[in-house]
Amino acid sequence: MCLSIPGKVKSIDGDKAIVSVGGTEYETSLQLLEDVKVDDYVLVHTGFAIQKLDEEEALETLRLFNELEESNSQDVSDNK
Amino acid sequence: MKYIDEFRNKDLVKKLVQKIEDIADRNVSLMEVCGGHTWAIQKFGIPSLLPDQVNLMSGPGCPVCVTSKRFIDQAVAYSRSDDVIITTFGDLIRVPGSSSSLEKEISKGNDVRIVYSVLDALDIARNNPDKKIVFLGIGFETTVPGTAQGIKNAAAENIKNFFVLSSHKIMPPAMGALIDEGVRIDGYIAPGHVSTITGSGIYQNIPEKYGVGCVISGFEPVDILQSVYMLLKQIKEKRFSVEIQYSRVVKPEGNTIALKTMEEVFTLRDDWWRGFGIIPKSGLGIAEKYKLFDAEKMIPVDVEETIEEKGCICGEILKGLKKPHDCKLFGKICTSTNPVGACMVSHEGACNAYFRFSFEG
Repeated sequence: MCLSIPGKVKSIDGDKAIVSVGGTEYETSLQLLEDVKVDDYVLVHTGFAIQKLDEEEALETLRLFNELEESNSQDVSDNK
Repeated sequence: MKYIDEFRNKDLVKKLVQKIEDIADRNVSLMEVCGGHTWAIQKFGIPSLLPDQVNLMSGPGCPVCVTSKRFIDQAVAYSRSDDVIITTFGDLIRVPGSSSSLEKEISKGNDVRIVYSVLDALDIARNNPDKKIVFLGIGFETTVPGTAQGIKNAAAENIKNFFVLSSHKIMPPAMGALIDEGVRIDGYIAPGHVSTITGSGIYQNIPEKYGVGCVISGFEPVDILQSVYMLLKQIKEKRFSVEIQYSRVVKPEGNTIALKTMEEVFTLRDDWWRGFGIIPKSGLGIAEKYKLFDAEKMIPVDVEETIEEKGCICGEILKGLKKPHDCKLFGKICTSTNPVGACMVSHEGACNAYFRFSFEG
């Protein structure tokens, strides 16, 4: 029920957008989200865009994890 | 698709599993309260990757599963009226009521239509001005703003034949109720898409009042494993807080437009949850300002007496007290093709997820 899928905004007409999800295009309401632009990635739930995907945050999550791994490796080698 | 492959990366998964093994030094029970997480955890086989000390439990995160049988009975009663068209998400169609289901009513020729969005229900209302269109409002905070927007659109367009039967609920009161009841929970894997709307503040009283941490998680294997690791770290350091793992989507303040829309159209009320009974201020009724769109107020109907099924332990499963394999009906009498309880009907139900990925492969 709470499943929401990420898709890419292909075009915008007023408060409606065409969003491509895995190659299939859906008409999506923008009434619950502002400042949406073409090429943004948005999360779509029951016909509404509910949030934009934040690329910087996604990369940051992955970067932090890799960093954590490197620092752990460092700790291990420090202890040898 | 973007941000999916990166979070299914096999090397990252291996590294995270190792980190979890390194930090797990005691028995802990972590609960997820989102049907999407239930499904993802079983689909990706996450429990098999974790050390024995880490027990994952499914909580009341499937809205179909916690919905009262009376709600289904009321929808069935509406569907038998000649001037009503029921519009609903597909999840509800097969849920058994006391003596029927919406699927059975369709087979009798009654007008029940599956919609993808409340906006589709509005289209049906526009195209059928001589019928009353009842939309079954079900779901947590992720879904509520859409229903609210549908009602606002109907009001703005003066659509007079569109109604909502609301069973919408909010998640945090159930999370507190579980701990109040004595269920052992050492950490919550908090729902990612509910939090997309609400932000992180709604869980604040869980660490403050109960000393139980919450990590708002995404739905890919790396997300879930990272959230498990973050919770184990909180437990080890005795530092309980609300953290956001799913930061590419969830902002601390949530979606303020959606929240405002939801608060304008709905008001809090006490509500009944399967397995729990009444939880104070956990449900959402339609506000007085929009009462013309409230099916309960505008379309009176006789509803049959509720009869609960026997032998089904759905209520205990929803509280994490038992797992699907503990039910004597599971996989024998109760299967995904012949479900007995709501937890087997819904794709987000724990029984359905366990059955699908452990029996069907």
